Amino acid sequence: MSTSSVSKGCFVFKPSSKKRRISSSKADYFSQGKNDSEDSGLRFASCQLLWKQINSETEKIQEELNKQLFDNLIRFLRQSHSEFQTKTTEWMCRMKSSEIPTAALVLGVNVTDHDVTFKSLSEVLQDNVTPYVVSLQAKECPGIKHLLQKLMGQLMDCYVDADSSEEEECVNISQKKIRCSMASLSKWYENVTKKTGSETPSKKRTSSSRHWQSPPVVVIFKDMEIISSQHIHEFPLVLIFGIATSPMIIHRLLPHSVSSLLCIELFQSLSCKEHLATVIDKLLLTTQFPFKLSEKVLQVLINIFLYHDFSVQNFIKGFQLSIVEHFYSQPLSVLCCQLLEAKKRVTSLSHNQCENIRSLPSFRRYVESQVSEKQIALLTEDSFLKEVTQTLLEDLHIYHENYFTVLRCLHVFTTSLPKYPLGKQIRELHCACLGKSVWETEEYESAIQLLRMLAKDELVAILQKCAEIFISPSGKQFSNTVEKLEEFLARFQNLEGKHVTYCQILSVEFRSVPSVEELSFSYIPCCSFRSYLAPAEMQTLNEVVYFNTANTLREHLNAAPRIALHTALNNPYCYLKNQTLKSDVGCISNTAPDICIVYKLHLECGRLINLVDWLEAFSTVVTAVEGTDPEAVATDQVDEIIHARFIRAVSELELLGFIKPSKQKTDHVARLTWGGC
Amino acid sequence: MPNFEHPEYPEATLLHLESMVPCRESQVSSLLSIFGERQHFSFPSIFIYGHTSSGKTYVMQTLLETLELPHVFVNCVECFTSRLLLEEILTELQSLSSENKHGSHMPCDTFNDFVRLFKQEIIIQDLQNQTVYIVLDKAEQLREMEANVLPGFLRLQEMTDRNVTVVFLSEIVWELFRPNTGCLEPFTLYFPDYSIGNLQKILSHYHPPEYSADFYAAYINILLGVFYTVCRDLKELRHLAALNFTKYCEPVVRGEANERDTRRLWKNIESHLKKAMQTVYLREISSSQWERIQQDDGEPGHLKGLSAHAHVELPYYSKFLLIAAYLASYNPARTDKRFFLKHHGKIKKTNFLKKHEKTSNHLLGPKPFPLDRLLAILYSIVDNKVAPTANIFSQCGTCYTDWKEPCLLPVPLMNRSAGVLFLPWHILPQETKDHLSCDTPAFNLGWS
Repeated sequence: MSTSSVSKGCFVFKPSSKKRRISSSKADYFSQGKNDSEDSGLRFASCQLLWKQINSETEKIQEELNKQLFDNLIRFLRQSHSEFQTKTTEWMCRMKSSEIPTAALVLGVNVTDHDVTFKSLSEVLQDNVTPYVVSLQAKECPGIKHLLQKLMGQLMDCYVDADSSEEEECVNISQKKIRCSMASLSKWYENVTKKTGSETPSKKRTSSSRHWQSPPVVVIFKDMEIISSQHIHEFPLVLIFGIATSPMIIHRLLPHSVSSLLCIELFQSLSCKEHLATVIDKLLLTTQFPFKLSEKVLQVLINIFLYHDFSVQNFIKGFQLSIVEHFYSQPLSVLCCQLLEAKKRVTSLSHNQCENIRSLPSFRRYVESQVSEKQIALLTEDSFLKEVTQTLLEDLHIYHENYFTVLRCLHVFTTSLPKYPLGKQIRELHCACLGKSVWETEEYESAIQLLRMLAKDELVAILQKCAEIFISPSGKQFSNTVEKLEEFLARFQNLEGKHVTYCQILSVEFRSVPSVEELSFSYIPCCSFRSYLAPAEMQTLNEVVYFNTANTLREHLNAAPRIALHTALNNPYCYLKNQTLKSDVGCISNTAPDICIVYKLHLECGRLINLVDWLEAFSTVVTAVEGTDPEAVATDQVDEIIHARFIRAVSELELLGFIKPSKQKTDHVARLTWGGC
Repeated sequence: MPNFEHPEYPEATLLHLESMVPCRESQVSSLLSIFGERQHFSFPSIFIYGHTSSGKTYVMQTLLETLELPHVFVNCVECFTSRLLLEEILTELQSLSSENKHGSHMPCDTFNDFVRLFKQEIIIQDLQNQTVYIVLDKAEQLREMEANVLPGFLRLQEMTDRNVTVVFLSEIVWELFRPNTGCLEPFTLYFPDYSIGNLQKILSHYHPPEYSADFYAAYINILLGVFYTVCRDLKELRHLAALNFTKYCEPVVRGEANERDTRRLWKNIESHLKKAMQTVYLREISSSQWERIQQDDGEPGHLKGLSAHAHVELPYYSKFLLIAAYLASYNPARTDKRFFLKHHGKIKKTNFLKKHEKTSNHLLGPKPFPLDRLLAILYSIVDNKVAPTANIFSQCGTCYTDWKEPCLLPVPLMNRSAGVLFLPWHILPQETKDHLSCDTPAFNLGWS
């Protein structure tokens, strides 16, 4: 590009608007590289719909879980300034030092979840208590000046919202670059209350909700509260601290002179583990949503949660990712929707999609189990295939309905056992059942062993719980079972002796030693337990609703930067997908990017690398490409361009942190990685 | 006959003043003599220091208000920049005589402007013939402002050539203030701590109107008996007195004891006060919660204090990372081989530890350590294999910011040898970046 300027210098060229790519809609990305016969549009639509439903469900869960906490908080806030409203001038009030009501919100270490909590908290407060809610974050306020600026800014904005007729005045103030001080804040508040009519109890509450983790916040706080205490009489202020670790940190961060001015009350939010349990219960262990996670995927998500961050938000994000990935990569996911809709969609499947169905491993297993005429029909006639698919989908749906009910029953049993051989949480049991036939495992054996030792009253309680599960709407198909169970229970109650164990009862009942199977589920005689808890992988067409590429998910959510970097430099083909880069391990290809060559050469060196030697090796490798001119090599004179390329590659390597300049020898660099130093 | 004698003020005013400032008579009388008469020039600057709640602010305010001297009272904590401070003084000055409470805003950026505007304002307000007092409360903050502010205020009389006295109120001694140059020594005055007798006198002075002074004095006596060993802060004591007074009165209100029955009253209140000392005073539970307990007459046992929630649950790897950081910061690097390798060979204990290492490492405090050492320890203390994933690397940073205690990722580590990290800068959380000062050009150029 050229300029009209005569002088030398740097010029900025803004990209012309024409050149800008026309941004494609999200749906287009979905169909990229696939032909439309695979219903990418429809898949995208159902993916969107499903996610919308799940998202609203998660929000509902969140709201319910936070309800109690928020109710308590609101009650606290309402009470906290009742004295201010009534304007009592009793002796008590005069004598007491004016404390600032403070709510300490212990939220746990899962910091990523806090944003959502605070957002909904400030919404709730705005609706219920006061229009004036300020939310500050520690990282936004490095100093007291920023803090007050933010605070004033947010307050003034609120004010504009609350009363638009006085908008002009407000604008004036903000244009003057508000003098940010506590005094002006208090003055402003006086104004507001005067204008809104002094009769109405126009309460004013500033809730400074902040993430409180980093030590530098202390300074801000120290000052903040000393100031505030003087204005408390004119200016009702409530602080809300969000605390990630332990409430003791308040005392550790603030000197006694400050914390003595705070009237701290503690509020504890629900632990993130309970939150996760609810989310799994409502999202995964239900037939409400057609989409399911396979054992490995679920394991990856749970591991990230337990091992790394405790963040429910991240769990849900991972869940979202698996939904998108499933709908994107599996053409048959078009059938992953509510049963009726899915049946409708089956009828309009294209021939290609039918072929897709035929190539599913679970479907092939199914075909092999059929008689030969039916096999041929299934493999050749599309219309017959569609009919069968419809019934298979229905079977899958019924399987899920039964599965979750029976799973909950089994969970009731296993949670009452000592040492929890099958896991304490239902998610562990779920994982065990998803992966393999649970009744073949050792843990199951030991669980049954323990079940035999249960006392009568414990057993009765468990059985009653089971009956409740069966009676609940999700277990409606088990009405027959419920009757028998209740009959059985009644007989139990009539038995004499309090300390009879399950085993004894059963031997009385059956007058024979029952098998393990009978022992565990003999009270649900018509319920063949094996068929209900069979692993999902055994089900025909499970690929339609189960997402099972755990690897993709792991790559995305739990990336390993070191490994990725090494792969990229060692084997550039992995990322660049350029055929010429394909090479054997160990040999250094000259077609590779310079930095890869330099990297591979440096791997062969010791702790200190001589730059001259390195350059020579580099030039040998590079000239081997063009390598027709043996004289140039012989002259021992390195080409200037190669020299420049080498320097650039080395500095890139330094930037990536593989080497650093060494002070021991001037023409050497020190290796930093892979056992170098 | 009043304690204070001064030709300028009527005797009634002085008597009133005396009743207002119990136990501070000598300080007030010396202040009075320094101030002199209204038109007299006084000391250019007075420095008053003493512990928290030794009555500095209160005495100054009462004195100036009772004698109706023209004054400006500014809290330096509130004005966190010098500009705010100067503007605040000018605004207050404006509203001294004029009726409108909030004068117009005067922009004032430098001390030079301040001197000029100050002179103007004195003339407008017609205060040339009186001493104007500028009281700077919490003057410690002045040390953190620009270097010229403190000397400027010390010499304000000289610079403005007006009759003005600046009073500094501070909790620390003058020696810690003294700037290197341009300093005019102020007149220093010390406010000593209140003795137990003083506290008794002052606290009993403000008795509630419903009860007699004697009754309240007896209560204060009990209160001081419990709290005086741990707390001499007048404000705090007054607060505690107000909180627990209703409980003390209970037997009287119920008619079980009369006001003179001190023994019974003492029995009733003593255990209660001791409980208060363990909870409210330490701010384990808040005073409003304490009041609620009193009203319900319930046991505070069901209310857990702040420290009861000290248990923190951490994700699996975070826990081990924290332990690893703890080990790395307290153990010398030489011992790693011995502790974390299976076949390390025998080392004689006597030669192994150097002399200075025999003192407990906990007394010496945590030491910096390189990041790869931390990771190496982590890999060896976790039972199963740990994949070096971004999730773990990103937590190395938060270890430093979140739980500052055992884990001090040293700053030098992030400098030159930062290459070891192998960690793209941009995946670090923002807070971590703020903390790890990076002065390597490589980082500034490449990673951000």
